[in-house]
Amino acid sequence: MNKRFEKSQKYAIAVLAHVALLLVWYLFVVIGKVPHFIMPSPVATFETIFTPTYGWVNNILVTATEIFGGYFLAVIVGVGLALVFSWSNALETVLMPLLVSLNMIPKVALGPLIIVWFSYGILTNSIIAFSIAFFPIILTTARGLREVEPDLLDLVRTLKGSRWQIFTKIQLPGALPYIFAGMKVASILAVAGAIVGEFLGSSKGLGYVMLQVQVNLDTAGMFMSVIFVTLIGVALYGMVVGLERLFVPRDARVQ
Amino acid sequence: MVTEPFIHLANVRKAYRKGEEEFLAISDVTFDVMPGEMVSLVGPSGCGKTTLLKILAGLHAADSGEVRVGSAAHSFDPARDIGMVFQQPLLLKWRRILENVLLPAEILGLPMAESRDRALELLALVGLSGFEDKRPYELSGGMQQRAAIARALIHNPKLILMDEPFGALDALTRENMNLELLRIWRESHKTIVFVTHSIAEAVFLSTRVVVLTAGPARMADSIPIDLPLPRRLDVKTTEVFGTYTRRIYQLLGMG
Ligand SMILES: Nc1ncnc2c1ncn2[C@@H]1O[C@H](COP(=O)(O)OP(=O)(O)OP(=O)(O)O)[C@@H](O)[C@H]1O
Ligand SMILES: [Mg+2]
Repeated sequence: MNKRFEKSQKYAIAVLAHVALLLVWYLFVVIGKVPHFIMPSPVATFETIFTPTYGWVNNILVTATEIFGGYFLAVIVGVGLALVFSWSNALETVLMPLLVSLNMIPKVALGPLIIVWFSYGILTNSIIAFSIAFFPIILTTARGLREVEPDLLDLVRTLKGSRWQIFTKIQLPGALPYIFAGMKVASILAVAGAIVGEFLGSSKGLGYVMLQVQVNLDTAGMFMSVIFVTLIGVALYGMVVGLERLFVPRDARVQ
Repeated sequence: MVTEPFIHLANVRKAYRKGEEEFLAISDVTFDVMPGEMVSLVGPSGCGKTTLLKILAGLHAADSGEVRVGSAAHSFDPARDIGMVFQQPLLLKWRRILENVLLPAEILGLPMAESRDRALELLALVGLSGFEDKRPYELSGGMQQRAAIARALIHNPKLILMDEPFGALDALTRENMNLELLRIWRESHKTIVFVTHSIAEAVFLSTRVVVLTAGPARMADSIPIDLPLPRRLDVKTTEVFGTYTRRIYQLLGMG
């Protein structure tokens, strides 16, 4: 009862904080008489939603596809490779140092190259999003799979438990909090990756819209694009947090 | 009729090897444990108590000497007859208490319906009735350790190995757990080997105290403790109890 009240109070405060930010933004622009092309008012910004020339629905779908596509690929490949490494020491010894070096490459710098290889489009931007989001996932997953209490292993060994039992009953569930921690970080990176991809070359998507409206100093359109990208990011992040709540008990969560 | 010992150790020696280097952890340990006995191992830190326990658990092999567990009258199956309790409870955070207790049963593939009933009985035995659906973090340290003891008993092993199980508890909880353990031992008729740093705890709990001197472990003595059972805490104030503890302090060179 008390807890539920506390929770709804928290939500209310969060909503109020956002409304307050909009209000501050509005007052700042109106009272400060900020020119429209420097900073549009929230009203002007939200008005752009109803301007058909922006093609919001299509562009949002394109960017969301890139983000979600790249992100899911990163989760599947990242978790998958980490699992393979946990089963094969040899592979891990050979590939892990390589991956650590590759991680040092600023992925954004690879953008032009990826565009040369795949031409620009949804696939290219997904790949850029993937390449950035992939590393935190494989690194945290590999770490989580390694962090097994040695005494717990001994316990299973005295019962002559199999490698598979150790994996399914102890290693994998123990690694879940780490996997989710990596997935949370990666969700933010995937959003950045897709937008950078669109900046580098695209004919669709919210990043493309931003570049188009920049020419006309249409900051309201720009603001709205940023808000939409942010919302996509929030949706992705919220989905990951929701899954985490479902699969990881509270005290086992990392952070 | 003379009963055969349940555990027979004679001139056990064990060295840890790291490349060329050899580190002698146990140099010469000889003692027997009768079926149903509660034996404590005491000795300074690093003298090889954990190593000895791991040899008994079959996790390490002795380099030389004789290690025999089980006898003609008391068969011993190394996969099913060992229960382990460590200094930390090491409960799986993502499992409820009942599911934690069931872990060894799952690994051994025991029938689940029966094991659940048994788990509930054991939780009652360790004083945790009503907590079966709680998560580990909802229990105090002492309660978690009780759950760990129930987990060690679930597959009805003949030998319980405990490595400083109460070392992380405060003094009061620890004394309570000592009483509980004595009760559990008497009700379950298990053979228990118990490692501790506390000489008073060793004397209070045991039918015999094995004193090991600084590493590499040598056995200083194996002292039968002839205090009446069941024991109450006030036995610690008796003259006999004092004589036993003094004797052990002397053996450890602290008398
Ligand atoms: N896996 C290992 N590799 C190398 N040396 C080890 C290993 N395990 C233990 N040792 C060494 O063997 C000696 C005995 O260790 P052990 O853990 O058995 O001592 P202990 O009596 O249990 O100590 P404590 O009371 O502190 O738990 C120690 O000096 C330790 O450094
Ligand atoms: Mg030890």
